[in-house]
Amino acid sequence: MPGVQVRSENLEAITVDVPLTRGLGRAYGDAALPAPGDTRIAGSALADRILQFNPETGDMTAEAGLSLDELYRAFLPKGWFTPVTPGTRFVTLGGMVAADVHGKNHHVDGCFGRHVSAVRLRVADGRVLTCSRTEHAELFFATMGGMGLTGHILEVSFRLARVPSPWIYQEARRVPDIDTFLAALKESAAAWPMTMGWIDCLSKGSSMGRGVLFRGRWAERHEAPADFPALNAPIPVPFMFPDGLLNVHTASAFNALIYHQPQARAGVVHPRSFFYPLDVAADWHRGYGPRGFTQYQCVLPASGGHAAVRRFLEVVTGAGGASFLCVIKDCGPEGEGLLSFPRPGISIALDLAMGDDTQALIDRMNESVIAEGGRIYLAKDALTRPDHFRAMEPRLDRFLDIRRTWDPEGRIRSAQSVRLFGW
Amino acid sequence: MPLNVVILGGTKGIGRALARRLAARGDRVHLLGRDVEDLARCAADLQARMPTPSPVTFSVCDLERPETFAPAVSAAATELGGFDTFVVTAGLFATQPQLEADRAFTLRLLTVNFAHTILLCEHVRSYLLARSGGTLCVFSSVAGDRGRKPVILYGATKAGLTAYLEGLDHKFRAAGLRTICVKPGFVRTGMTEGLPEPPFAADPDQVATTVVRAIDRGTPVVYAPPIWALVMLVIRWLPRAAMRKVGF
Repeated sequence: MPGVQVRSENLEAITVDVPLTRGLGRAYGDAALPAPGDTRIAGSALADRILQFNPETGDMTAEAGLSLDELYRAFLPKGWFTPVTPGTRFVTLGGMVAADVHGKNHHVDGCFGRHVSAVRLRVADGRVLTCSRTEHAELFFATMGGMGLTGHILEVSFRLARVPSPWIYQEARRVPDIDTFLAALKESAAAWPMTMGWIDCLSKGSSMGRGVLFRGRWAERHEAPADFPALNAPIPVPFMFPDGLLNVHTASAFNALIYHQPQARAGVVHPRSFFYPLDVAADWHRGYGPRGFTQYQCVLPASGGHAAVRRFLEVVTGAGGASFLCVIKDCGPEGEGLLSFPRPGISIALDLAMGDDTQALIDRMNESVIAEGGRIYLAKDALTRPDHFRAMEPRLDRFLDIRRTWDPEGRIRSAQSVRLFGW
Repeated sequence: MPLNVVILGGTKGIGRALARRLAARGDRVHLLGRDVEDLARCAADLQARMPTPSPVTFSVCDLERPETFAPAVSAAATELGGFDTFVVTAGLFATQPQLEADRAFTLRLLTVNFAHTILLCEHVRSYLLARSGGTLCVFSSVAGDRGRKPVILYGATKAGLTAYLEGLDHKFRAAGLRTICVKPGFVRTGMTEGLPEPPFAADPDQVATTVVRAIDRGTPVVYAPPIWALVMLVIRWLPRAAMRKVGF
C-alpha cells in the first residue's frame, strides 16, 4: 500500500506526528511520497490563505499550500508576480521552498529562496517555530532546497515582484549546434532577464545540440494587449496513450517541426506559453503510456566549458532516443540553500520514458555528472543511487548534521530520503 | 454596484472559494463563523485579494448556538452598513454508516442542518424584507432530492431545507426576497476528504463560479456543477423498485 494523504484547511493540526507533508504531489520522483512502511502523510493544498500582503513593498506571508496557479490568478492582474517561477504553476509555496525552485531568470534573480524572508515550520519534536536569516539561520538555510526534510513547512514569507504588464515579450531563435547554443545563452544572459532553450536530443554529430533559444522579459505596458492573459482550465488528456506511440519517429517529426519554424520570431506572448508550456494539457504524462516517465536534471559547472556539455550530451544522444527533447539553461550563482540545486554552469533537464534501461542510463548520466563535478536536482530524481548522490554533494554531510540536530530520531522522512540517505 | 455579502461558512471549502471570488471582483464581504482566529486569517486572505484592499470584517455565529443568530445578523449589518446578500454554506456532514453508529452526532446533524439553519434563515428573511429585499443563498445538496441509501439522514435534512427554501421563494419573491437553493454534487473539500470520489466530482472553484452567477441572476434552484441537474432528473424518476436495488 502506498499510503494515504490527509488534507485539511488546518495544516498545523494535520502535521502532528506525520513523517512528511506534501503540496500538490507533482514532484517527478519520490520526494513527495511516503517512505516504505509509512502509511499517512499530510497534504497542504487546502491550507492556501494569504495572511499578509503589503501593497507598497510586495511582501507576502501565506500558508504553504497556496499554489502558484492561484497566485497567478489573484495577483498578476494587480501587477505582481513571484520573482521566480518554475516550469509549472501547479506547485505550492511549500514545494517551492522545499525544492528551492529556479526559473528562466536564474542568472539574474537566483532561486525562490533568495526572495524568502522567513518560514514557519513544525519541526520533528512537534514545536512550531519561525526561521529566517537571523532566527535559527542554519535551519532556514537547510530548509531552502531541503526537500521538506527539516520540518513541515506551514507558512512562507516572501516578496512578490512588480511587473510592468502581465504579458511577456519573447524572442525565439533557431540555433544549429551546441557550441553556438552555449555562446548564445551566454551572450543573451547579459541583456535578457529570462533565457532558456530546447535541444533536440535526437540530433547527433555536427548538429548535436541544435534547437531553439528563447529569450524573454515582461512586456512594457505600451507593448502589451489591454486585456488580462486569462488561464483556461487545462485540457485533459483523457486516456493513456498506447505504449510506444511517443517514439523516436513521432518525436523526431515533432522536433523537426519545432526546429524549422521561422528563423527568428519576436513578439508579445501569453505568460502561460512562456512559463508553463506543458501545463496546457492536464495529465500530459499520459502521453508516455502506462509505464509513465521520469525526469532528470543536472547542472554542469561552468569550469568544464563547452566540452563538458558536449560530453554529457553524447551520453544522452548515445542512448538512442531515450529522451527526445531537453531543456538547457545557464545558471547564476549558487543559492543560500544547503542543498539548493543550481550553481554557475549549464543546467540540462530531460524527460525519460520509463523503460527497462532507464536505470542504466541514469547511472551513466550520473557518472558523467560526477566526472564533470556537477550535481542533480532532487525534485526530479527517482532513480539516483546513494553513492552517486554522495559523490556529487560535498554539502550533504552538513545538511544531514543539521537534520540530525533537529530530528535525531529521523521522524521526518520521504521515500527519497530513505532511498538516498538511508533515513 | 458591488454587493454587500455576509457568508456563514466562508472559512472553508466551497464557502472559502465563493468568498474569494466575490472579494476579487470588489464585493464587500463580512464573514461569520465559530472560530475567531480562523475568521481573522480568512479575513486577511480576502482583504489581500480585493482589487483595492479594504478591511474585511467578521463576527461570531455558530449554527449550534441559536442565541448567536440575532447578534450575528445585526453585527454584520452594522459592519457593512447594511447587507443585501446572505450566504449559508456551513453545515455538518458525516457518512451514513458513521451516523448510524452515533445517535448523539445524528441529533446534532439533524438539528444544525435543518432546525438551526432554518431558524437563522428566518432572522435573515425578516432583515432583508424589512429593507425591501435582497438575496438569501443557502447550500442544500443533491442528497435532498431523493431518499437514497448512502445519505439517508444527511439527505433528509437537506430535503427539508430544500422544501423550506422553495416555500420562501414562492411566498416572498414578489416582495423582493430572492431565495437561491444551491445543490452541489460531490465537491473535493475538507468535508469529503478521504471519501471515494464518484463521477462528476468538482473542485470548490467550479461550484463557486456557478453560485456567483446564480446570485447575480437570482436563480432559485441551482445545481453545481450543472451536470447534476441531469443526473438528479434521472434519479428522481427511477422507480422505487430500482432504488431498492441500486447502491446510490
